[in-house]
Amino acid sequence: MAGKGISADGARPVRRFPWTRFVLPSYVFVVMAYTLVPIAVMILYTFNKAPNQRLTFSWHGFTTEWYSKLFEVQDLTQALWHSLEVAVISSIIATALGTPAAIALARRRFRGRGAIDLVVVTNLTAPTVVVGASLLGFFIALSVPRGLVTILIAHVAFNIAIVIIVVQARVSGFDESLEEAAADLGAPPWITFWKVTMPLILPGIFSAFLLSFALSIDDYIITSFVAGQTLTFPLWVAGAVKVGIPPQVFVMGTLIFVSGVLIALASLILQRWGDHGETVRT
Amino acid sequence: MKSRIGPYLQSAPAMLWLALFFIVPLLAIVSISLMTGNSIDGYTLTWNFSVFPDALDQYSAQLGRSFLYGGISTLLALIAMYPVAYWIAFHGGRRKSIFLFLLLLPFLVSFIIRILTWQFILSDEGIVLGTLKDLGILGENAHILSTPVAVITGLTYDALPWMALPIYVALEKIDRDLVEAAGDLYASGYQQFRRIILPLSAPGIYAGILLVGIANIGDYLSAQILGGPSTTMIGNIIQTQYVQNGDYPVASALSLMLMLALLLCVFVYARVFGTRTIQEYA
Repeated sequence: MAGKGISADGARPVRRFPWTRFVLPSYVFVVMAYTLVPIAVMILYTFNKAPNQRLTFSWHGFTTEWYSKLFEVQDLTQALWHSLEVAVISSIIATALGTPAAIALARRRFRGRGAIDLVVVTNLTAPTVVVGASLLGFFIALSVPRGLVTILIAHVAFNIAIVIIVVQARVSGFDESLEEAAADLGAPPWITFWKVTMPLILPGIFSAFLLSFALSIDDYIITSFVAGQTLTFPLWVAGAVKVGIPPQVFVMGTLIFVSGVLIALASLILQRWGDHGETVRT
Repeated sequence: MKSRIGPYLQSAPAMLWLALFFIVPLLAIVSISLMTGNSIDGYTLTWNFSVFPDALDQYSAQLGRSFLYGGISTLLALIAMYPVAYWIAFHGGRRKSIFLFLLLLPFLVSFIIRILTWQFILSDEGIVLGTLKDLGILGENAHILSTPVAVITGLTYDALPWMALPIYVALEKIDRDLVEAAGDLYASGYQQFRRIILPLSAPGIYAGILLVGIANIGDYLSAQILGGPSTTMIGNIIQTQYVQNGDYPVASALSLMLMLALLLCVFVYARVFGTRTIQEYA
Protein backbone atom coordinates (compact mmCIF):
# COMPACT_ATOMS: atom_id res chain seq x y z
CA MET A 1 0.00 0.00 0.00
CA ALA A 2 2.85 2.35 -0.74
CA GLY A 3 1.70 5.91 -1.06
CA LYS A 4 -1.47 5.55 0.99
CA GLY A 5 0.32 5.98 4.31
CA ILE A 6 -1.37 3.13 6.12
CA SER A 7 0.12 2.83 9.57
CA ALA A 8 2.32 0.04 10.90
CA ASP A 9 -0.53 -1.77 12.62
CA GLY A 10 -3.72 -1.22 10.73
CA ALA A 11 -5.88 -1.37 13.86
CA ARG A 12 -4.63 1.80 15.54
CA PRO A 13 -3.69 4.36 12.92
CA VAL A 14 -0.82 6.61 13.91
CA ARG A 15 -1.64 10.25 13.32
CA ARG A 16 0.33 11.19 10.29
CA PHE A 17 1.60 14.35 8.73
CA PRO A 18 -0.26 15.28 5.56
CA TRP A 19 2.91 15.11 3.48
CA THR A 20 3.45 11.43 4.27
CA ARG A 21 0.81 10.63 1.67
CA PHE A 22 2.74 11.82 -1.32
CA VAL A 23 6.02 13.64 -0.71
CA LEU A 24 7.64 11.10 1.62
CA PRO A 25 6.77 7.98 -0.43
CA SER A 26 8.11 9.63 -3.60
CA TYR A 27 11.29 10.55 -1.76
CA VAL A 28 11.68 6.98 -0.48
CA PHE A 29 11.16 5.72 -4.02
CA VAL A 30 13.88 8.04 -5.37
CA VAL A 31 16.41 7.02 -2.67
CA MET A 32 15.67 3.32 -3.21
CA ALA A 33 16.10 3.74 -6.96
CA TYR A 34 19.39 5.54 -6.32
CA THR A 35 20.71 2.70 -4.15
CA LEU A 36 19.88 0.23 -6.92
CA VAL A 37 21.62 2.13 -9.75
CA PRO A 38 25.10 0.60 -9.24
CA ILE A 39 23.57 -2.88 -9.10
CA ALA A 40 21.77 -2.26 -12.39
CA VAL A 41 25.00 -0.92 -13.94
CA MET A 42 26.88 -4.05 -12.83
CA ILE A 43 24.31 -6.45 -14.28
CA LEU A 44 23.85 -4.46 -17.50
CA TYR A 45 27.55 -4.37 -18.29
CA THR A 46 27.97 -8.11 -17.97
CA PHE A 47 26.12 -8.18 -21.32
CA ASN A 48 28.26 -5.61 -23.10
CA LYS A 49 30.23 -6.89 -26.09
CA ALA A 50 33.38 -5.23 -24.73
CA PRO A 51 36.38 -5.19 -27.04
CA ASN A 52 39.84 -6.34 -25.81
CA GLN A 53 38.30 -8.36 -22.96
CA ARG A 54 38.04 -5.20 -20.89
CA LEU A 55 34.98 -3.40 -19.54
CA THR A 56 34.33 -0.12 -21.31
CA PHE A 57 31.66 2.43 -20.68
CA SER A 58 30.56 2.65 -24.33
CA TRP A 59 27.99 0.07 -25.39
CA HIS A 60 29.15 -2.35 -28.11
CA GLY A 61 26.13 -4.60 -28.38
CA PHE A 62 24.53 -7.42 -26.42
CA THR A 63 26.37 -10.67 -25.69
CA THR A 64 26.26 -13.51 -23.17
CA GLU A 65 29.85 -14.38 -24.08
CA TRP A 66 31.25 -13.44 -20.64
CA TYR A 67 28.97 -15.86 -18.85
CA SER A 68 30.26 -18.77 -20.92
CA LYS A 69 33.85 -17.56 -20.51
CA LEU A 70 33.39 -17.08 -16.76
CA PHE A 71 36.50 -18.94 -15.66
CA GLU A 72 38.79 -17.96 -18.54
CA VAL A 73 40.82 -15.38 -16.66
CA GLN A 74 42.89 -17.81 -14.64
CA ASP A 75 44.31 -15.51 -11.93
CA LEU A 76 40.84 -14.12 -11.32
CA THR A 77 39.36 -17.58 -10.91
CA GLN A 78 42.21 -18.46 -8.57
CA ALA A 79 41.57 -15.30 -6.54
CA LEU A 80 37.84 -16.05 -6.30
CA TRP A 81 38.70 -19.55 -5.14
CA HIS A 82 40.96 -18.12 -2.41
CA SER A 83 38.16 -15.83 -1.29
CA LEU A 84 35.68 -18.69 -1.07
CA GLU A 85 38.15 -20.89 0.83
CA VAL A 86 38.94 -18.15 3.34
CA ALA A 87 35.27 -17.25 3.76
CA VAL A 88 34.14 -20.83 4.41
CA ILE A 89 36.97 -21.79 6.77
CA SER A 90 37.09 -18.50 8.70
CA SER A 91 33.30 -18.50 9.19
CA ILE A 92 33.36 -22.07 10.50
CA ILE A 93 36.19 -21.34 12.96
CA ALA A 94 34.66 -18.03 14.07
CA THR A 95 31.24 -19.61 14.60
CA ALA A 96 32.75 -22.52 16.54
CA LEU A 97 34.76 -20.20 18.81
CA GLY A 98 32.24 -17.39 19.10
CA THR A 99 29.07 -19.38 19.85
CA PRO A 100 30.08 -20.77 23.29
CA ALA A 101 31.37 -17.33 24.30
CA ALA A 102 28.10 -15.75 23.18
CA ILE A 103 26.07 -18.25 25.22
CA ALA A 104 28.19 -17.57 28.31
CA LEU A 105 27.86 -13.81 27.85
CA ALA A 106 24.12 -13.93 27.32
CA ARG A 107 23.33 -16.23 30.24
CA ARG A 108 25.84 -15.82 33.02
CA ARG A 109 27.02 -12.98 35.17
CA PHE A 110 30.71 -13.46 35.81
CA ARG A 111 33.78 -11.42 36.64
CA GLY A 112 35.49 -10.11 33.51
CA ARG A 113 32.29 -10.02 31.50
CA GLY A 114 32.57 -6.27 31.14
CA ALA A 115 36.13 -6.61 29.85
CA ILE A 116 35.01 -9.13 27.22
CA ASP A 117 32.20 -6.80 26.15
CA LEU A 118 34.72 -4.02 25.83
CA VAL A 119 37.09 -6.11 23.66
CA VAL A 120 34.20 -7.15 21.40
CA VAL A 121 32.91 -3.59 20.99
CA THR A 122 36.41 -2.22 20.35
CA ASN A 123 36.96 -4.91 17.76
CA LEU A 124 33.71 -4.03 15.98
CA THR A 125 34.28 -0.29 16.05
CA ALA A 126 38.04 -0.17 15.44
CA PRO A 127 38.80 1.30 12.00
CA THR A 128 39.65 -1.60 9.69
CA VAL A 129 42.73 0.17 8.38
CA VAL A 130 44.16 0.20 11.93
CA VAL A 131 43.23 -3.45 12.54
CA GLY A 132 44.97 -4.43 9.28
CA ALA A 133 48.05 -2.29 9.92
CA SER A 134 48.51 -3.57 13.48
CA LEU A 135 48.17 -7.21 12.39
CA LEU A 136 50.74 -6.68 9.66
CA GLY A 137 53.09 -5.07 12.18
CA PHE A 138 52.59 -8.04 14.49
CA PHE A 139 53.25 -10.59 11.73
CA ILE A 140 56.35 -8.72 10.54
CA ALA A 141 57.70 -8.48 14.10
CA LEU A 142 57.34 -12.25 14.49
CA SER A 143 58.55 -12.87 10.88
CA VAL A 144 55.40 -14.79 10.02
CA PRO A 145 55.26 -15.21 6.22
CA ARG A 146 52.12 -13.54 4.82
CA GLY A 147 49.70 -15.62 2.79
CA LEU A 148 46.50 -17.60 2.98
CA VAL A 149 47.08 -18.53 6.65
CA THR A 150 47.53 -14.93 7.81
CA ILE A 151 44.44 -13.88 5.82
CA LEU A 152 42.53 -16.66 7.56
CA ILE A 153 43.74 -15.60 11.03
CA ALA A 154 42.71 -12.00 10.37
CA HIS A 155 39.28 -12.97 9.07
CA VAL A 156 38.57 -15.24 12.04
CA ALA A 157 39.55 -12.36 14.35
CA PHE A 158 37.04 -9.90 12.87
CA ASN A 159 34.31 -12.54 12.48
CA ILE A 160 34.44 -13.74 16.11
CA ALA A 161 33.10 -10.41 17.37
CA ILE A 162 30.28 -10.52 14.78
CA VAL A 163 29.34 -14.08 15.79
CA ILE A 164 29.34 -13.14 19.49
CA ILE A 165 27.02 -10.18 18.89
CA VAL A 166 24.57 -12.03 16.62
CA VAL A 167 24.33 -15.26 18.65
CA GLN A 168 24.15 -13.34 21.94
CA ALA A 169 21.16 -11.40 20.64
CA ARG A 170 19.29 -14.64 19.85
CA VAL A 171 20.22 -16.40 23.10
CA SER A 172 19.07 -13.41 25.19
CA GLY A 173 15.51 -13.83 24.00
CA PHE A 174 15.47 -17.50 24.90
CA ASP A 175 13.02 -18.94 27.45
CA GLU A 176 15.15 -20.73 30.06
CA SER A 177 12.14 -22.49 31.60
CA LEU A 178 12.24 -24.84 28.60
CA GLU A 179 15.64 -26.11 29.77
CA GLU A 180 14.42 -26.38 33.35
CA ALA A 181 11.44 -28.41 32.11
CA ALA A 182 13.79 -30.80 30.32
CA ALA A 183 15.90 -31.12 33.48
CA ASP A 184 12.78 -31.74 35.58
CA LEU A 185 11.84 -34.53 33.21
CA GLY A 186 15.19 -36.14 33.99
CA ALA A 187 17.25 -35.14 30.95
CA PRO A 188 20.98 -34.95 31.72
CA PRO A 189 22.55 -31.55 30.91
CA TRP A 190 24.11 -32.58 27.62
CA ILE A 191 20.86 -34.09 26.35
CA THR A 192 19.07 -30.86 27.32
CA PHE A 193 21.70 -28.91 25.43
CA TRP A 194 21.47 -30.93 22.23
CA LYS A 195 17.71 -31.54 22.25
CA VAL A 196 16.41 -28.24 23.63
CA THR A 197 18.97 -25.44 23.60
CA MET A 198 20.70 -26.19 20.31
CA PRO A 199 17.60 -26.38 18.05
CA LEU A 200 16.33 -23.09 19.50
CA ILE A 201 19.54 -21.12 18.96
CA LEU A 202 20.46 -22.78 15.65
CA PRO A 203 18.83 -20.04 13.51
CA GLY A 204 20.99 -17.48 15.33
CA ILE A 205 24.12 -19.53 14.76
CA PHE A 206 23.21 -19.93 11.11
CA SER A 207 22.68 -16.21 10.54
CA ALA A 208 25.97 -15.49 12.34
CA PHE A 209 27.68 -17.91 9.96
CA LEU A 210 26.10 -16.28 6.89
CA LEU A 211 27.03 -12.79 8.06
CA SER A 212 30.64 -13.88 8.71
CA PHE A 213 30.78 -15.47 5.30
CA ALA A 214 29.49 -12.30 3.63
CA LEU A 215 31.91 -10.02 5.52
CA SER A 216 34.84 -12.29 4.84
CA ILE A 217 34.30 -12.69 1.11
CA ASP A 218 33.91 -8.92 0.80
CA ASP A 219 36.79 -7.73 2.95
CA TYR A 220 39.32 -5.60 1.17
CA ILE A 221 41.03 -3.32 3.66
CA ILE A 222 42.23 -5.78 6.33
CA THR A 223 43.12 -8.42 3.72
CA SER A 224 45.18 -5.91 1.74
CA PHE A 225 47.54 -5.63 4.71
CA VAL A 226 48.03 -9.27 5.62
CA ALA A 227 47.80 -10.97 2.21
CA GLY A 228 51.45 -10.84 1.12
CA GLN A 229 51.53 -12.09 -2.49
CA THR A 230 48.28 -14.03 -2.18
CA LEU A 231 45.33 -12.44 -3.95
CA THR A 232 41.68 -12.68 -2.98
CA PHE A 233 38.85 -11.59 -5.29
CA PRO A 234 38.65 -7.98 -4.03
CA LEU A 235 42.45 -7.62 -4.05
CA TRP A 236 42.73 -8.93 -7.61
CA VAL A 237 40.01 -6.59 -8.84
CA ALA A 238 41.57 -3.55 -7.14
CA GLY A 239 44.90 -4.46 -8.72
CA ALA A 240 43.31 -4.76 -12.16
CA VAL A 241 41.72 -1.29 -12.07
CA LYS A 242 44.72 0.39 -13.70
CA VAL A 243 44.99 -2.06 -16.62
CA GLY A 244 41.26 -2.50 -17.10
CA ILE A 245 38.66 -4.80 -15.59
CA PRO A 246 37.74 -8.01 -17.44
CA PRO A 247 33.94 -8.37 -17.80
CA GLN A 248 34.14 -11.63 -15.84
CA VAL A 249 34.53 -9.53 -12.66
CA PHE A 250 31.02 -8.11 -13.09
CA VAL A 251 29.71 -11.56 -14.06
CA MET A 252 31.08 -13.03 -10.82
CA GLY A 253 29.66 -10.06 -8.90
CA THR A 254 26.28 -10.66 -10.55
CA LEU A 255 26.31 -14.37 -9.75
CA ILE A 256 27.25 -13.70 -6.11
CA PHE A 257 24.49 -11.08 -5.98
CA VAL A 258 21.87 -13.42 -7.44
CA SER A 259 22.76 -16.24 -5.04
CA GLY A 260 22.65 -13.78 -2.14
CA VAL A 261 19.19 -12.60 -3.21
CA LEU A 262 17.95 -16.19 -3.50
CA ILE A 263 19.27 -17.12 -0.02
CA ALA A 264 17.77 -13.97 1.50
CA LEU A 265 14.41 -14.51 -0.23
CA ALA A 266 14.30 -18.13 0.91
CA SER A 267 14.91 -17.12 4.54
CA LEU A 268 12.37 -14.29 4.26
CA ILE A 269 9.70 -16.70 2.98
CA LEU A 270 10.53 -19.28 5.65
CA GLN A 271 10.34 -16.59 8.31
CA ARG A 272 6.92 -15.39 7.06
CA TRP A 273 5.69 -18.92 6.90
CA GLY A 274 6.85 -19.56 10.47
CA ASP A 275 5.17 -16.38 11.71
CA HIS A 276 1.78 -17.33 10.19
CA GLY A 277 1.34 -13.97 8.60
CA GLU A 278 2.10 -11.89 11.68
CA THR A 279 4.01 -8.68 11.16
CA VAL A 280 7.53 -9.64 10.30
CA ARG A 281 10.07 -7.88 12.42
CA THR A 282 13.57 -7.87 11.13
CA MET B 1 26.55 -26.69 33.41
CA LYS B 2 26.28 -23.97 36.03
CA SER B 3 29.80 -24.35 37.40
CA ARG B 4 31.84 -21.32 38.35
CA ILE B 5 34.49 -21.81 35.69
CA GLY B 6 31.92 -22.69 33.02
CA PRO B 7 31.60 -19.24 31.45
CA TYR B 8 35.39 -18.84 31.43
CA LEU B 9 35.90 -22.13 29.64
CA GLN B 10 33.18 -21.21 27.16
CA SER B 11 34.61 -17.81 26.31
CA ALA B 12 38.31 -18.68 26.58
CA PRO B 13 38.93 -19.84 22.98
CA ALA B 14 37.30 -16.76 21.41
CA MET B 15 38.98 -14.40 23.85
CA LEU B 16 42.41 -15.99 23.34
CA TRP B 17 42.05 -15.51 19.59
CA LEU B 18 41.02 -11.86 20.02
CA ALA B 19 43.76 -11.24 22.58
CA LEU B 20 46.46 -12.72 20.36
CA PHE B 21 45.31 -11.35 16.99
CA PHE B 22 43.64 -8.09 17.95
CA ILE B 23 44.81 -6.75 21.33
CA VAL B 24 48.48 -7.81 21.16
CA PRO B 25 48.95 -6.40 17.62
CA LEU B 26 47.43 -3.10 18.74
CA LEU B 27 49.96 -2.97 21.59
CA ALA B 28 52.73 -4.10 19.25
CA ILE B 29 52.28 -1.11 16.97
CA VAL B 30 52.83 1.17 19.96
CA SER B 31 56.36 -0.18 20.25
CA ILE B 32 56.81 -0.26 16.46
CA SER B 33 55.86 3.41 16.21
CA LEU B 34 58.69 4.28 18.63
CA MET B 35 61.38 2.53 16.56
CA THR B 36 63.85 4.13 14.17
CA GLY B 37 65.75 2.62 11.26
CA ASN B 38 64.97 1.76 7.66
CA SER B 39 63.31 -1.07 5.82
CA ILE B 40 66.63 -2.63 4.69
CA ASP B 41 68.69 -2.64 7.91
CA GLY B 42 65.66 -3.17 10.13
CA TYR B 43 64.25 -1.13 12.99
CA THR B 44 65.29 -0.84 16.63
CA LEU B 45 63.35 0.54 19.54
CA THR B 46 64.74 3.99 20.34
CA TRP B 47 61.71 5.48 22.12
CA ASN B 48 61.47 8.02 19.35
CA PHE B 49 58.41 9.88 20.57
CA SER B 50 58.91 12.69 18.06
CA VAL B 51 57.40 10.40 15.42
CA PHE B 52 53.93 11.47 16.60
CA PRO B 53 54.25 15.24 16.17
CA ASP B 54 56.32 14.69 13.00
CA ALA B 55 53.79 12.37 11.38
CA LEU B 56 50.95 14.62 12.45
CA ASP B 57 52.73 17.59 10.94
CA GLN B 58 53.58 15.83 7.69
CA TYR B 59 50.17 14.28 7.12
CA SER B 60 47.85 16.78 8.75
CA ALA B 61 46.26 17.53 5.35
CA GLN B 62 45.33 13.88 4.76
CA LEU B 63 44.15 13.45 8.34
CA GLY B 64 41.98 16.56 8.09
CA ARG B 65 40.65 15.42 4.72
CA SER B 66 39.70 12.01 6.18
CA PHE B 67 37.64 13.63 8.90
CA LEU B 68 36.17 16.10 6.40
CA TYR B 69 35.16 13.49 3.78
CA GLY B 70 34.11 11.03 6.47
CA GLY B 71 32.06 13.69 8.23
CA ILE B 72 30.34 15.00 5.08
CA SER B 73 29.49 11.52 3.79
CA THR B 74 28.11 10.49 7.20
CA LEU B 75 25.96 13.61 7.38
CA LEU B 76 24.68 13.14 3.82
CA ALA B 77 23.84 9.49 4.54
CA LEU B 78 21.97 10.52 7.71
CA ILE B 79 19.94 13.19 5.91
CA ALA B 80 19.18 10.81 3.04
CA MET B 81 18.26 7.77 5.11
CA TYR B 82 16.40 9.11 8.14
CA PRO B 83 13.21 9.86 6.17
CA VAL B 84 13.47 6.47 4.43
CA ALA B 85 13.89 4.58 7.72
CA TYR B 86 11.06 6.64 9.21
CA TRP B 87 8.71 5.91 6.33
CA ILE B 88 9.43 2.18 6.38
CA ALA B 89 9.03 1.95 10.17
CA PHE B 90 5.83 3.99 10.41
CA HIS B 91 4.19 3.65 7.02
CA GLY B 92 5.72 0.50 5.53
CA GLY B 93 2.67 -1.56 6.43
CA ARG B 94 2.78 -5.21 5.62
CA ARG B 95 5.48 -4.73 3.00
CA LYS B 96 8.01 -3.52 5.55
CA SER B 97 10.32 -6.50 5.10
CA ILE B 98 10.28 -6.08 1.33
CA PHE B 99 11.31 -2.42 1.59
CA LEU B 100 14.05 -3.31 4.07
CA PHE B 101 15.23 -6.05 1.77
CA LEU B 102 15.47 -3.60 -1.16
CA LEU B 103 17.37 -1.17 1.04
CA LEU B 104 19.92 -3.80 2.02
CA LEU B 105 20.44 -5.16 -1.51
CA PRO B 106 23.74 -3.25 -2.01
CA PHE B 107 25.22 -5.46 0.74
CA LEU B 108 24.97 -8.38 -1.66
CA VAL B 109 27.26 -6.69 -4.15
CA SER B 110 30.97 -6.85 -3.45
CA PHE B 111 32.35 -3.65 -1.87
CA ILE B 112 34.98 -3.29 -4.59
CA ILE B 113 32.41 -3.74 -7.39
CA ARG B 114 30.10 -1.12 -5.85
CA ILE B 115 32.96 1.38 -6.00
CA LEU B 116 33.92 0.30 -9.53
CA THR B 117 30.39 0.91 -10.78
CA TRP B 118 30.64 4.46 -9.44
CA GLN B 119 33.84 4.87 -11.42
CA PHE B 120 31.75 3.84 -14.43
CA ILE B 121 28.84 6.11 -13.62
CA LEU B 122 30.99 9.16 -12.88
CA SER B 123 33.46 8.69 -15.77
CA ASP B 124 33.93 11.61 -18.16
CA GLU B 125 31.63 10.12 -20.79
CA GLY B 126 29.43 8.25 -18.30
CA ILE B 127 25.71 8.50 -17.61
CA VAL B 128 25.95 11.67 -15.54
CA LEU B 129 28.65 13.70 -17.24
CA GLY B 130 27.98 12.39 -20.75
CA THR B 131 24.34 13.41 -20.54
CA LEU B 132 25.04 16.80 -19.02
CA LYS B 133 27.66 17.46 -21.70
CA ASP B 134 25.32 16.39 -24.49
CA LEU B 135 22.70 18.75 -23.16
CA GLY B 136 25.28 21.52 -23.15
CA ILE B 137 24.90 22.11 -19.41
CA LEU B 138 28.54 21.30 -18.74
CA GLY B 139 31.61 22.10 -20.81
CA GLU B 140 33.53 19.34 -22.60
CA ASN B 141 36.31 19.39 -19.99
CA ALA B 142 34.12 18.90 -16.94
CA HIS B 143 34.99 15.89 -14.84
CA ILE B 144 34.12 14.41 -11.45
CA LEU B 145 36.56 11.53 -11.03
CA SER B 146 39.68 12.44 -9.03
CA THR B 147 37.77 15.19 -7.25
CA PRO B 148 36.49 15.21 -3.65
CA VAL B 149 32.94 14.99 -5.06
CA ALA B 150 33.68 11.54 -6.52
CA VAL B 151 35.25 10.24 -3.28
CA ILE B 152 32.39 11.58 -1.15
CA THR B 153 29.83 10.10 -3.57
CA GLY B 154 31.43 6.67 -3.16
CA LEU B 155 31.71 6.98 0.63
CA THR B 156 28.11 8.17 0.97
CA TYR B 157 26.73 5.39 -1.19
CA ASP B 158 28.50 2.73 0.89
CA ALA B 159 27.13 4.28 4.05
CA LEU B 160 23.44 4.28 3.07
CA PRO B 161 22.34 0.82 4.30
CA TRP B 162 24.62 0.99 7.36
CA MET B 163 22.99 4.27 8.33
CA ALA B 164 19.42 3.18 7.61
CA LEU B 165 19.52 -0.05 9.60
CA PRO B 166 20.17 1.21 13.18
CA ILE B 167 17.82 4.16 12.68
CA TYR B 168 15.10 1.80 11.46
CA VAL B 169 15.61 -0.51 14.48
CA ALA B 170 15.30 2.47 16.87
CA LEU B 171 12.18 3.81 15.13
CA GLU B 172 10.60 0.37 15.05
CA LYS B 173 11.01 0.08 18.84
CA ILE B 174 9.07 3.27 19.56
CA ASP B 175 5.80 2.51 21.33
CA ARG B 176 3.09 3.66 18.91
CA ASP B 177 0.82 4.47 21.87
CA LEU B 178 3.16 7.30 22.87
CA VAL B 179 2.77 8.93 19.48
CA GLU B 180 -0.98 8.39 19.61
CA ALA B 181 -1.16 9.86 23.12
CA ALA B 182 0.66 12.96 21.89
CA GLY B 183 -1.89 13.22 19.09
CA ASP B 184 -4.78 12.87 21.53
CA LEU B 185 -3.28 15.71 23.54
CA TYR B 186 -3.45 17.86 20.40
CA ALA B 187 0.24 17.78 19.48
CA SER B 188 0.59 18.71 15.84
CA GLY B 189 2.27 16.29 13.44
CA TYR B 190 5.44 18.32 13.63
CA GLN B 191 5.35 18.39 17.44
CA GLN B 192 4.80 14.62 17.58
CA PHE B 193 7.87 14.16 15.46
CA ARG B 194 10.04 16.75 17.18
CA ARG B 195 9.11 15.87 20.77
CA ILE B 196 8.48 12.10 20.66
CA ILE B 197 9.82 10.35 17.57
CA LEU B 198 13.09 12.21 17.06
CA PRO B 199 14.33 11.95 20.70
CA LEU B 200 13.38 8.29 20.92
CA SER B 201 15.23 7.48 17.70
CA ALA B 202 18.37 9.30 18.86
CA PRO B 203 20.26 6.13 19.93
CA GLY B 204 19.79 4.77 16.40
CA ILE B 205 21.03 8.00 14.88
CA TYR B 206 24.13 7.97 17.06
CA ALA B 207 24.78 4.29 16.34
CA GLY B 208 24.51 4.98 12.60
CA ILE B 209 26.84 7.97 12.83
CA LEU B 210 29.35 5.91 14.79
CA LEU B 211 29.29 2.90 12.47
CA VAL B 212 29.44 4.91 9.27
CA GLY B 213 31.74 7.65 10.52
CA ILE B 214 34.45 5.25 11.72
CA ALA B 215 34.30 3.14 8.57
CA ASN B 216 34.39 6.18 6.26
CA ILE B 217 37.12 8.12 8.07
CA GLY B 218 39.40 5.07 7.89
CA ASP B 219 38.39 4.04 4.37
CA TYR B 220 40.89 4.23 1.57
CA LEU B 221 39.37 2.26 -1.28
CA SER B 222 37.02 5.04 -2.41
CA ALA B 223 39.88 7.50 -2.49
CA GLN B 224 42.11 4.96 -4.27
CA ILE B 225 39.64 4.19 -7.05
CA LEU B 226 37.49 7.31 -7.38
CA GLY B 227 39.98 9.91 -6.18
CA GLY B 228 43.26 11.38 -7.40
CA PRO B 229 46.49 12.70 -5.91
CA SER B 230 44.69 15.63 -4.29
CA THR B 231 42.14 13.46 -2.45
CA THR B 232 44.41 11.03 -0.57
CA MET B 233 43.04 10.09 2.83
CA ILE B 234 44.89 8.92 5.94
CA GLY B 235 44.03 5.29 5.14
CA ASN B 236 45.84 5.58 1.80
CA ILE B 237 48.93 6.92 3.58
CA ILE B 238 48.92 4.15 6.20
CA GLN B 239 48.52 1.54 3.48
CA THR B 240 51.29 2.86 1.21
CA GLN B 241 53.70 3.51 4.06
CA TYR B 242 53.15 0.08 5.55
CA VAL B 243 52.73 -2.24 2.58
CA GLN B 244 54.69 -0.50 -0.17
CA ASN B 245 57.33 1.69 1.48
CA GLY B 246 57.94 -0.40 4.58
CA ASP B 247 58.06 2.72 6.75
CA TYR B 248 56.53 0.93 9.72
CA PRO B 249 57.09 3.48 12.51
CA VAL B 250 55.32 6.34 10.69
CA ALA B 251 52.46 4.10 9.53
CA SER B 252 52.06 2.72 13.07
CA ALA B 253 52.08 6.20 14.58
CA LEU B 254 49.39 7.32 12.12
CA SER B 255 47.28 4.22 12.87
CA LEU B 256 47.55 4.86 16.59
CA MET B 257 46.56 8.47 16.29
CA LEU B 258 43.60 7.58 14.08
CA MET B 259 42.55 4.88 16.51
CA LEU B 260 42.87 7.20 19.51
CA ALA B 261 40.90 9.98 17.84
CA LEU B 262 38.10 7.53 17.01
CA LEU B 263 38.23 5.82 20.42
CA LEU B 264 37.68 9.22 21.97
CA CYS B 265 34.48 9.53 19.93
CA VAL B 266 33.39 6.01 20.97
CA PHE B 267 34.19 6.81 24.61
CA VAL B 268 32.07 9.94 24.55
CA TYR B 269 29.31 7.90 22.93
CA ALA B 270 29.59 5.15 25.57
CA ARG B 271 29.39 7.70 28.36
CA VAL B 272 26.19 9.08 26.92
CA PHE B 273 24.44 5.89 25.77
CA GLY B 274 26.30 2.93 27.33
CA THR B 275 28.17 0.15 25.48
CA ARG B 276 25.08 -2.02 25.27
CA THR B 277 23.47 0.20 22.69
CA ILE B 278 26.54 -0.07 20.45
CA GLN B 279 26.29 -3.84 20.62
CA GLU B 280 22.59 -3.79 19.97
CA TYR B 281 22.92 -1.88 16.77
CA ALA B 282 26.26 -3.08 15.50
